[in-house]
Amino acid sequence: MSLVVKDLIVDHGAIRAISGVSFTVETGKLSAVIGANGAGKSTLLRTLSGLNKATEGSAHWGEHNLLHGKPESHVRKGVSHVSEGKSVVSELTVEENLDLGALWRRDKKEAAETKKQIIELFPRLGERLSQRADTLSGGERQMLAIGRALMSKPNLLLLDEPSLGLAPLVIEQIFHTIRGIVDSMKLTVVLVEQNAMGALKIADTAVVLNLGHVATSGSAADLIADPAVRAAYLGY
Amino acid sequence: MVQFINMLLIGIGAGSIYALMAIAMVLVWRSTRVINFAQAGMALLSTYIGFELVQKTGNFWIALPLAMLLGALVSALIEILLIRTLIKHSTSGPVAGIVPIIATLGLLGFIRATIGFIWGNQDIQIQPPLSKVGFKFGTETIALSPMNLLVLLTVIAMVLILGFIFQKTSLGLSLRASAYSPEIAQLAGIRVGAIRTIGWAIAGAAGAAAGLLQTVNGTGAVSPDSLEFSLLLTFGFIAAVIGGLESLPGAVLGAVVLGLVLAIVQIYISGTLVFIVAFALLLIVLLVRPQGFIGSKAGRRA
Repeated sequence: MSLVVKDLIVDHGAIRAISGVSFTVETGKLSAVIGANGAGKSTLLRTLSGLNKATEGSAHWGEHNLLHGKPESHVRKGVSHVSEGKSVVSELTVEENLDLGALWRRDKKEAAETKKQIIELFPRLGERLSQRADTLSGGERQMLAIGRALMSKPNLLLLDEPSLGLAPLVIEQIFHTIRGIVDSMKLTVVLVEQNAMGALKIADTAVVLNLGHVATSGSAADLIADPAVRAAYLGY
Repeated sequence: MVQFINMLLIGIGAGSIYALMAIAMVLVWRSTRVINFAQAGMALLSTYIGFELVQKTGNFWIALPLAMLLGALVSALIEILLIRTLIKHSTSGPVAGIVPIIATLGLLGFIRATIGFIWGNQDIQIQPPLSKVGFKFGTETIALSPMNLLVLLTVIAMVLILGFIFQKTSLGLSLRASAYSPEIAQLAGIRVGAIRTIGWAIAGAAGAAAGLLQTVNGTGAVSPDSLEFSLLLTFGFIAAVIGGLESLPGAVLGAVVLGLVLAIVQIYISGTLVFIVAFALLLIVLLVRPQGFIGSKAGRRA
């Protein structure tokens, strides 16, 4: 199973946000999508999870066509999306936020097992199960958002700017956790990041977006070494 | 003393029925961000359906749940056939955001006219299933009849059941998540469209209960342009707003406070002041505490 995006075009009204993007992510790999503000990174993820409609092109996760159907159908096919800006429901408790991700699942016993694993992964959440989500710190909220997505038992995880608004130390921790999830759960991850260096360090492969086009792509290690990428996105 | 007890009984009794109406309005607001002015019309239609069912079955307590079920069905259909389309298409133009709300005003008139067309404009009469003579303590008769008591208990039971559904069940969690954050709910795999319809359906059932219980609790008479139903809409709406418009406990609290305040005015001052006080209360709460009794500090969500 792999994620194959081909000649994808997405329009926001009259504005072309994504113009002909193609890339592939092999199963079990972590792929970073980096690029400046307005490069179309979030739009790309929102299209893959069914929140935005594509104009042209194709996107498949294995056999499953990602350009057909709503997000709630994609979740049932193993595609989970953590949207930008700490995607938790503030008014609900931590535990309710976690449960939310598994409401659609029929295997309630296994879902309870998943919850146990997630609490082991994020012990801080376990200590705060009955607290409202808006009482959590930024980092904890990001963990909760990822935990909620994992509750749906995904095999493809789409992460939109998990480092946004977090302190450097917390960012490092979150990136470390994401890499850990990929390795231990055999997940495939598309990680959209403004923090290009942090993302490239943990990624296997990367796609650099510029104004809706793929500027360059390849293995993360090669991109870090590429002088052009360093100058444009890594700042040295 | 008796006067004081009567004031409490009247206030809580009236407030309990406003609470059902307020709950209906809050549910619709939370699920689709629409103030449903047609709620009174839907409650009226359910009451007429209840009237037919009482005629057929001869038993009010069979007619009530059936009328609630049909009320839920009508409400769900309105959401699917009308509101969903309006919300989808009203994305531009000067009145975009309020098109569905204006539509509910149109729907209110439409339902009332349709009822008049089917059942005629004269009063129909629903027999109360229980005595409406107040209980006696010694020589004093208090303002609580077996009928009042049963209405009160029915409303309390319904509020408890709803509270349980919302706080303890998966359906309740889906309803709350979809209300607070539809996009995240969707990404978590919740079928938000269906959940919205269910929100409207529960509101329809609550409105139907409010209409029927108010009718048998009052004179038993209803007509298509019934003043009682206009008041039910008005007071239910005021209760929902002063309760914060987002919260079910808030709606119940707002309704009981409104019922008590109006009972105090009615008994200790004058019945003619009831409307002035009701609207003054709404305006004061909006000025002093716009988020309502129970509402997030950040203010109301758009």
